Amino acid sequence: MNRLYGPKGWTILGAFAFALFVMFPLLSVGVSQDNPLHISQYWVTLIGKIMCYAIVALAMDLVWGYAGILSLGHGLFFALGGYAMGMYLMRQIGREGQYQSDLPDFMVFLDWKEFPWHWWNTDQFWWAMLLVVAVPGLLAYVFGYFAFRSRVRGVYFSIITQALTFAAMLLFFRNNTGFGGNNGFTDFKRILGFPITTPETRIALFAFTGLALIAALLVARWLVTSKFGRVLAAIRDAEPRVAACGYNTLHYKLFVWTLSAVLCGIAGALYVPQVGIINPSEMSPANSIEIAIWVAVGGRGTLAGAIAGAGLVNGAKSCFTQAYPEYWLYFLGVLFVLVTLFLPQGIAGILRRWKKAA
Amino acid sequence: MEKGSVKPAEGIRFDNGAARQVPGGEDRAGYGRVLTPGEVDVTHGTILYLDDITVSFDGFKALNKLSLWIDAGELRCVIGPNGAGKTTMMDVVTGRTRPDEGSAFFGQTIDLTQLSEAEIAHAGIGRKFQKPTIFERHTAFENLELAMKADKRVRTTLFAKLSSAQKDSIAETLHLVGLAEAADREAGLLSHGQKQWLEIGMLLIQDPKLLLLDEPVAGMSDEETERTGELFLSLAGKHSLVVVEHDMAFIAKIARKVTVLHEGSVLAEGPMEKVQNDPKVIEVYLGR
Repeated sequence: MNRLYGPKGWTILGAFAFALFVMFPLLSVGVSQDNPLHISQYWVTLIGKIMCYAIVALAMDLVWGYAGILSLGHGLFFALGGYAMGMYLMRQIGREGQYQSDLPDFMVFLDWKEFPWHWWNTDQFWWAMLLVVAVPGLLAYVFGYFAFRSRVRGVYFSIITQALTFAAMLLFFRNNTGFGGNNGFTDFKRILGFPITTPETRIALFAFTGLALIAALLVARWLVTSKFGRVLAAIRDAEPRVAACGYNTLHYKLFVWTLSAVLCGIAGALYVPQVGIINPSEMSPANSIEIAIWVAVGGRGTLAGAIAGAGLVNGAKSCFTQAYPEYWLYFLGVLFVLVTLFLPQGIAGILRRWKKAA
Repeated sequence: MEKGSVKPAEGIRFDNGAARQVPGGEDRAGYGRVLTPGEVDVTHGTILYLDDITVSFDGFKALNKLSLWIDAGELRCVIGPNGAGKTTMMDVVTGRTRPDEGSAFFGQTIDLTQLSEAEIAHAGIGRKFQKPTIFERHTAFENLELAMKADKRVRTTLFAKLSSAQKDSIAETLHLVGLAEAADREAGLLSHGQKQWLEIGMLLIQDPKLLLLDEPVAGMSDEETERTGELFLSLAGKHSLVVVEHDMAFIAKIARKVTVLHEGSVLAEGPMEKVQNDPKVIEVYLGR
């Protein structure tokens, strides 16, 4: 325990947990809407969403900040987790869809008579949860195995991951793939039998997301403070040297890469019931690039930095897209250029410099 | 002399470890003596055999029927003009480059041409690269921790904790290479000479049987060079060392036996004075 964080770190984490698990539930469902302290649905959903992004940022930081593998396809793993959860949520709609069929509306629309094979058992929550972890994990494992074994590195690796998510997006856009084409899944009604839009369900999803974020943070922290983490950082800085020391770097990279994908899948699964929609645009290359920007802004190689980066950029995004929606992408681009030029270590880098100066 | 200046001991054949004829070898490997897998068999007093090694890159023969024997505990210096094949020779030994022809054995039984780089490192061959490659953003202590002999699979590394014996061993090695004071300093902040020592320490802590050192004193100050020489002399005997160096003054100070490489094969071999006065060697060095 002491190894993970000092007393200060644990205090901050405790305060964070208190806010998520006590303050938010109390103030969103425990007090009446007229109360000035009331937290609206808007904020619960927004923070819940940002926490999902923060898990993705942690996952990204593990592979990029610590192992030096820049993925520009992490949105794919996020979306796959989301789709696995979405399949379950579609099955939970039951016969309450437009066409009152056992099949989801889009399948009725395509005149399908039964579920395609990959929808097998997706009405079972446990099976869907297994898919959330296994599909991104397996894809990452197989892809990573071939890429790392062939010693694909640096920018080449990044480009291939970008191509991978783009190809997946095209695949999911097709109606015949069986995931609702470009509309994806939406109009969810229930999760585990609970109506999905009530404040109680929402705050429960919010709390689960917070729990997942804290768990992900602790696991990541445990990893990077272990000898494993030091080997990882050594691979980032001088991979041939690590191999010469007798480590099989393929296994190390594959482990952290797969773990990272699994974390993204979990984040995606928590994201979908909160925002109520999943469609192939989540797999668009721009989304994956944005993930890298969060981590760059926060400071790669520091876990807290990754979380802060995801929070700040997405916070700014939700303000910006309300005020000047058309300028958001320009702003993001400029932000990335400025951070790369002047803050190579992100916000965490500024803090470190202040600390040193003090 | 077409195969270099040393002839293999009669009766020893290097055919992938099969059917090795060893005179009077009832207790030798393959004749009933139990040999732990991976153990280096140096019963013949030789730790490294390179025999007739040829490596060509696009037709250029970097090594041309190179044959070289290193005795256990020996400190061997290898010199030669640029392009003589010194680095390629080390690449072959560490598994980085596969020879087109010839055989490379570590001890009597370990066929280096069949092993991966990691397996060779595990078997007990350590290599210091020309440019110091250490982990710049780790502390000197952590550099040694990573290099240390241990189970290096992912699963064990996840849960690895330093035992007090391991901590002692790191402290001891830091002391040996003169970095005891700098244990917690980020390695990137060390001086050039200290970085070289740290890298040597990273090799030593793996307790290698054979150490390959590629230009270990390049860029060092005179004082650092002196201390490095002393370090090597103290290591010989416990370890076998192969030092590739351009600095002739340094070689003259530490050398016992010198091998001169030229165009991918051995040109001369023997004590420093003998080699220095060898007309072939003089021609190669001055003819350029």
